[in-house]
Amino acid sequence: MKEKLVLIGNGMAGVRTIEEILDRDPERYQITIIGEEKYPNYNRIMLSNVLQKKMSVSEIITNPIEWYEENQIKLINHDPAVKMDTDNKKIITQSGKEIFYDKCILATGSRAFILPIEGAQLPGVVGFRTIDDTENMLEASQKYQKAVVIGGGLLGLEAAKGLLDQGMDVTVIHLEKWLMETQLDEKAGKMLQADLEKQGLKFLMEKATQKILGETRVTGLAFSDGTTIETDMVVMSIGIRSETTLARTTTIEVNRGIVVDDFMKTTVPDVFAVGECAEHNGNVYGLVAPLFEQGKVLADVLTGKEAKPYQGSTTFTSLKVSGCDLYSAGNIRETEGINSIEAFDGINYTYKKIFVRENQVVGVVLYGDTSEGNRYYNILKKNESIEEYTPVSLLHMVGEEASADVSEWPDDEVICGCNGIDKGTIMTAINEKDLTSVADVTKHTKAGGSCGKCKSVIGDVLAYALGGEVVSAPTGICGCTDLSRDQIVTQIYAKKLTSSDEVYRELNFTNPEGCPKCRPAVNFYLNVAWPKEHADEKESRYVNERLYANIQNDGTFSVIPRMRGGKTNPQQLLLIAKVAEKYDVPMVKVTGSQRIGLYGVKKEDLPKIWEELDMKSAGAYAKAVRSVKTCVGANFCRFGTQDSMGLGIKLEQRYEFIDTPHKFKMGVSACPRSCVESGVKDFGIIGVDNGFQIYVGGNGGTEIKEAVLLTTVETEQEVIDICGAMLQYYRETGIYAERTAPWIERMGFDVVKEVLLDPEKRQELLSALDEAVIGRRGNPWDEVVEDNNTRQELYTVGRV
Amino acid sequence: MEKIFVGQLDELAPRMGKEVIVWGQKIAVFRLSDDRVKAIENICPHKQGPLAEGTVSGEYVFCPLHDYKINLNDGQVQEPDEGCVRAYETIVENDLVYVMV
Repeated sequence: MKEKLVLIGNGMAGVRTIEEILDRDPERYQITIIGEEKYPNYNRIMLSNVLQKKMSVSEIITNPIEWYEENQIKLINHDPAVKMDTDNKKIITQSGKEIFYDKCILATGSRAFILPIEGAQLPGVVGFRTIDDTENMLEASQKYQKAVVIGGGLLGLEAAKGLLDQGMDVTVIHLEKWLMETQLDEKAGKMLQADLEKQGLKFLMEKATQKILGETRVTGLAFSDGTTIETDMVVMSIGIRSETTLARTTTIEVNRGIVVDDFMKTTVPDVFAVGECAEHNGNVYGLVAPLFEQGKVLADVLTGKEAKPYQGSTTFTSLKVSGCDLYSAGNIRETEGINSIEAFDGINYTYKKIFVRENQVVGVVLYGDTSEGNRYYNILKKNESIEEYTPVSLLHMVGEEASADVSEWPDDEVICGCNGIDKGTIMTAINEKDLTSVADVTKHTKAGGSCGKCKSVIGDVLAYALGGEVVSAPTGICGCTDLSRDQIVTQIYAKKLTSSDEVYRELNFTNPEGCPKCRPAVNFYLNVAWPKEHADEKESRYVNERLYANIQNDGTFSVIPRMRGGKTNPQQLLLIAKVAEKYDVPMVKVTGSQRIGLYGVKKEDLPKIWEELDMKSAGAYAKAVRSVKTCVGANFCRFGTQDSMGLGIKLEQRYEFIDTPHKFKMGVSACPRSCVESGVKDFGIIGVDNGFQIYVGGNGGTEIKEAVLLTTVETEQEVIDICGAMLQYYRETGIYAERTAPWIERMGFDVVKEVLLDPEKRQELLSALDEAVIGRRGNPWDEVVEDNNTRQELYTVGRV
Repeated sequence: MEKIFVGQLDELAPRMGKEVIVWGQKIAVFRLSDDRVKAIENICPHKQGPLAEGTVSGEYVFCPLHDYKINLNDGQVQEPDEGCVRAYETIVENDLVYVMV
């Protein structure tokens, strides 16, 4: 029988400890994890990025449900532990489950500290600790205008920036004279405030909140000096408090946190604690690096390895708000015996301050340029003597700064502070596993996987390990070749290469049959270069384009019929309904671009459904011209100036089924209210009284980019022609899988504009487009329905 | 082990997979560019992606869902990912394809 190990708390510290245990001895324990939230383990420090909409919730999940399954870990989620009986070694959860343990780890974390003042319980007063908190805040930001964040610390400022980014009017209330007063000195704190004010945040400094106003929901705050401020939402971010409620149901000693010794043992046998709930030597830590250091020690202890005692952590801080680079570590107070070296560069607006005690660095504050943060942190952690360093050096020559050169760093120099990964570990992984990218290094070592600030240094180490070639180097379109897109396309024309096999052979690809990255790209380039000579290669198309339907996460497919311009009629709706019913389609949904999608269709059913639907494919699976989104326009809308639906249908009819380097989305709005969000379309049109404004290069994808006004034209025909010219120019010069926004950035907007607005060039492009797509623009669904061979080859499943 | 007929060679398109269900087991059958035939379990160990829909390159298939690279000879997932799927022996006789199950 394996010993039973129970972890209470499904957060970063606890799960990281389990990972360390599995690394050391995966067979040793039968593991159960009890968690309060409904999500699997996620990276809490990335919540700020979720709030600032730089990442999605799914991107911050570090261990998905499958991880628990793969490691045979029982996860009891959304069901917090409420009682602990250490005599009988038993935990009871809220729903009444009883779980017995041989060893138990408490990793219950901490909670946002809510000021115990009048009104703190009102709706609209929130903390900022969890995914649910974050989603509540995002939701509130849609409904309300004004927000107040109490607390000008790290998390408070990140929350404030997030809400500002969502369009709210945000004021930060801070009790002290300057922001982040425990991590920054006055000068850096004031610099930070100035930078944040430039971004639009407001501040009320040295204000003590006395009371939260409101009857049914928060309406404002009252301060101790008698002043008030109106607000619709209050985010409390004045600190965290260890979550020790469960431990307090036992005889385990608890002060501010659960008291642990140097081996993370509590005062009760077989119960351990790590993370923000633990108190070691009087310290409770609220940052990730210490949690991970503690996790390693505990994993050693629990797997019977000789463990080095935990001796507390030196912590560092950096802020995840763009335009405000700051770094702080160690002791940054000038008390007796501690002196400082300070440098302020008023031109570049950067500031450095190093705190020194007896020739050793004990603290550092950097503002504006944090590239040297890691280096100082390492000097600090190792208690290195600084006798050999020049303390002040002004205006030294470029290249003189040998200190930032990773090749000279010793192996034990820590590169990723969050995860405690040193240079030696990264070098070993690169060499043993032939890693060639920062992403690979993160995958294998976890370095760079938490806050991500050290990625550039990892890049430097990688370059050094691979002989300085790689970091700027991977110019090839994929791992199969060093050739860039332009080199390949040039050779395709120069050597008249008309098939993928020829390209791979003639251009010496290391992999003679390519990979999923280059195969579709080469196929596309060949199609554009030799529309007549090159036969489209189905085996090089990604499954979605090969089968003309999107593959879903469970291996089923979606069917999305075309409704040009978003317009439909009762007959089509009846047909769709009938088919959905007949084939037992699990979900019917209106998609993001005005179409109706049938989801969860079996591959074998696709041709039959298409046949019965008798509608065209919307091409929703393709890197191609997608459907055109329209508003109702002058036909019905009292503001509509133009026939947006009519123009949308014309555009769609004219250009549907044309392949492009990436999906190409269009929208036609009939007035500047732009109901179809023309400002984030690859080709967006806004009808105005005297014509049509054309916007290009707007992308609402992973990178959101606003479209730029290309020109205003008077007639529909001009719109259609400019659109065609742009399509062909993009086809000819685009990199496969490059959206139009990065394409325009790469080409230069002025160049694109000049080409598209030059009547002669426009005409050339249009003719080239017409020639290229002749005979290639049929409805792909029809082709499958009519072609028995294809049906047999691609859409059947053999059964024995 | 039994020798199961799964189809004719010319019904398999080169470098494209086909799913065959043999006694409830999902098997992905591939015809390589040199006409050899390989067969592996049609379920990616990562997130159960249908490997038959993947991109075939040489003796490897890339899962269509998240690009796991799998050796068609032994079913081994290639680094940096981990795992393996069952690989089946195949026999081609007179352009008839059999899988040993």
